[in-house]
Amino acid sequence: MTAVTLRARAEEAFLPPIVALLIALVAGDLLILSVGQSPASVLAMMLQGTWGNAYGLGQVLYKTTTLICTGLCVSVGLRAGLFNIGGEGQLAAGGFAAALTGLALPAATPSVIAVALCVLAAVASGGFAGWVPGVLRARFGAHEVITTIMLNFIILAALNWAISTGLRVPETLHTHDVHAGAVAPLASVIPAFHGSAANLSLVIVLAAAALTGWYLFRTRGGYDLRAVGLQPEAAEYGGVRVGRVWTRALTLSGALAGLGGINFVLGYKHYYEDGFATGYGFLGIAVALVGRNNPWGVVLASLFFATLSQGGLAINAVVPRQMVDVLQGVVIIAVAASVPEVRRVMRFGRRGVRAR
Amino acid sequence: MSGTGKRPSDLRSDGLREAGAGQRPDPLREAAATGGLREAARTGEADSSQLALRMSGIWKSYAAVRANRGASLEVGVGEIHALVGENGAGKSTLMRMLAGLFPPDAGRIAVNGRDVTGWSAASAIRAGVGMVHQHFMLIPTLTIAENVVLGREPMRGLALDMAKALIEVRSVAEQFGFTLNVRERVRDLSVGEAQRVEILKALFRGARMLILDEPTAVLSPPEVQELWRVLRSLRADGGTIILITHKLDEVMDVSDHITVLRHGETVATMLTTNATPAGIARAMVARDVVLVSVPATLPAGAAPPARPPLPAAEGASRRRAERAASLTLLQVQSLTVKGSRREPRVRDLSLTVSPGEILGIAGVEGNGQTELVEAIAGLRPVASGSITLGDHDITALHVHRRAALGLAHIPEDRHRRGLILDYSVADNLILGRQASFAHHPGGTFDRRRVLENARERIARFDIRPVDPALPARALSGGNQQKIVVAREMGGDFSVLLAAQPTRGVDVGAIEFIHAQLRAARDAGKAILLVSAELAEILALADRVAVMYGGRIVGLMSRAEASVDRIGKLMTGALEGAAVPA
Repeated sequence: MTAVTLRARAEEAFLPPIVALLIALVAGDLLILSVGQSPASVLAMMLQGTWGNAYGLGQVLYKTTTLICTGLCVSVGLRAGLFNIGGEGQLAAGGFAAALTGLALPAATPSVIAVALCVLAAVASGGFAGWVPGVLRARFGAHEVITTIMLNFIILAALNWAISTGLRVPETLHTHDVHAGAVAPLASVIPAFHGSAANLSLVIVLAAAALTGWYLFRTRGGYDLRAVGLQPEAAEYGGVRVGRVWTRALTLSGALAGLGGINFVLGYKHYYEDGFATGYGFLGIAVALVGRNNPWGVVLASLFFATLSQGGLAINAVVPRQMVDVLQGVVIIAVAASVPEVRRVMRFGRRGVRAR
Repeated sequence: MSGTGKRPSDLRSDGLREAGAGQRPDPLREAAATGGLREAARTGEADSSQLALRMSGIWKSYAAVRANRGASLEVGVGEIHALVGENGAGKSTLMRMLAGLFPPDAGRIAVNGRDVTGWSAASAIRAGVGMVHQHFMLIPTLTIAENVVLGREPMRGLALDMAKALIEVRSVAEQFGFTLNVRERVRDLSVGEAQRVEILKALFRGARMLILDEPTAVLSPPEVQELWRVLRSLRADGGTIILITHKLDEVMDVSDHITVLRHGETVATMLTTNATPAGIARAMVARDVVLVSVPATLPAGAAPPARPPLPAAEGASRRRAERAASLTLLQVQSLTVKGSRREPRVRDLSLTVSPGEILGIAGVEGNGQTELVEAIAGLRPVASGSITLGDHDITALHVHRRAALGLAHIPEDRHRRGLILDYSVADNLILGRQASFAHHPGGTFDRRRVLENARERIARFDIRPVDPALPARALSGGNQQKIVVAREMGGDFSVLLAAQPTRGVDVGAIEFIHAQLRAARDAGKAILLVSAELAEILALADRVAVMYGGRIVGLMSRAEASVDRIGKLMTGALEGAAVPA
């Protein structure tokens, strides 16, 4: 490859996130100034509260784990030209299925088997929640943005009903503790993380990211999936069944979000709690955009957004926590405006490809 | 007028536009028409203020494409002026500049004697120039009246004054003799009615010069007659109409003057009463030979030669003919294919292609060629009829099954279908056969084989630059097309669909691709070649079929084919019906 194209590719891959970061930095400074604080000291406080101590870093890694999943979820969809906004519902469904499986298994089940079954349940239920809009799109042309948003409401409401009518521990909105299928805390490997929510789900999720990257860029299925996302008519010409790829992509997308459910349920609280998924689905969109739909980019972007989120807690004393939410919004807007995929997907609905 | 006798439309229009015709220097026009280019006569014409429009020396390029190359156009007040030419001749580009959608690179535009070069669309509308596009821009859920007043709504305070809107729209409709119920919703209208609404919209905005871009493309014959009635009544009212079309019967039917564009240049201007369909066709399609690989096309009217003078082709040709008689590789029977609006685009069409034969399909684009090729390729559902490849009925087979049976396809639009522009050259070279490069179906690609395949094809088809990792987007048009050709023709196939195989590529690549097509033919492949370039068809085809309106309206051997004959068939003139000029 020539130096010129290498440079062009590097620019396309790294420029948008870097620009977004710079914008976030400037906007963040202005916001901090607007509440009468010194940007330098607030930023220092933020770094100290996140990367500066083991507990803070553990919390960052915990949040990173879930974000990687919802980020991968959105990325896989976008690679196929589909905008899966249903990450939140798929994540909740995954967590719920993991909890149910864990509750159903005898407490004496060997840990490896129990974890494997719970993970499988999470992936399967998330996958199913993605398969439904996939089929609706492929068979009936129902736009996935609408169906995934609506499925969010349906899934979250159904789970809320299930929890509040019987599955809960009285006076709470969570299930009983899961004894089988617990994922060990990260502290069991690196004692310094003691007390933080970080757990070995991170390892499982990183493996999933690697697997997703392998699938997208090294296999025929990924070749077809990306072809459909880039040029559906050329994919159709190349013998790809576009409708099937849509279904497959949304199923995979949902499965990845569902996997994220184990982080909270198996690794942290050991029960399903209503509302644990709140916010992660939509933040996953931002993660995917900043991560440029590349699995390793998604991992890095997850770290960034997890740091922002945890950092918001760290500076809560001097700056309103909402400021961090505003900052996240600014980053998302900055990236959205600079990423070609977004424009491509926005154009997508106008293309006349039949699903067959 | 000319002694050939008046058509009913002329008699009627003469009656309608006495006033307008009286003001115009008719003798001069006659002279212009008989003298060839009208420009010559114009120089002696003092009264150029009678011109509604004068465009001169217009140049316009998009990237590498020169759409207009010094084109000129003069239109008198109160005339219906037909702007004809093949697709890609630059008609629409010229008119879009008149409508202010973009400025010309060079040249001048004068409307009613005022220089308006490079004006904006808003000023064009204010000056009374309205364009009715090929694709309607109406809101289906609103009524006719609501659509017409859109952007110019009569207001009462902050609210739309619907009563006033109805009255205003109705009065404009009545003034121009439109039979429309203005309270009807646009979604309930026929295509012809929707088009009248578009015209009404332009008139409501005060258009005195109306540009219609291929208005009859979607109309049925009675709707066309209704449109002509509307246009004539506009003319009677002093309006000026420019009609973009490539259908000769329409030109003869309704226009007063004709300007012919070819390759972005104005090549002829004539008075309709002095024109013949054959003359217009010749002006539209007669091409100077631009390609070294293309044998000389016939001068119009000359006797057809036995075969294009290809050295050492005679023996092969005879052998091919013998083989052709014995079997066919591709057979299409009574094929009907529908378009996106359920309208038939290919009608009951049958054809066969034999091994060692190139069947060339000539025709003005948009007459069903695209749909025919896509139906054979499996990219478009077949409404009825059958497609047979060798011994296999492939009518209902999926794209990749057809490919496995030996069907190769060079699609007409490499940027949309033929290539995935963001994929590397190597990845593009396996598109359609990606399954055979995976270790097991759905599994990992064998990167080594993908690269080997790329290296081999790149070398054999001389794709430049030699870099399999480069994204296809980075290559020139000619080299991009070579990727498609290398992929489709580099492997095993028995039947090739080659749709516009040399569109938008440089001369060197054209020669190369032509050589590949000839070599494949000589190797016994059956090739269906669809091209808008008549020269290409004549250079390559063994038999020529002409498509018009979704049907094959003429089928002849290469020896019987001539520019004149094909040109006439292309524009819808019936074989045998046209009197030789």
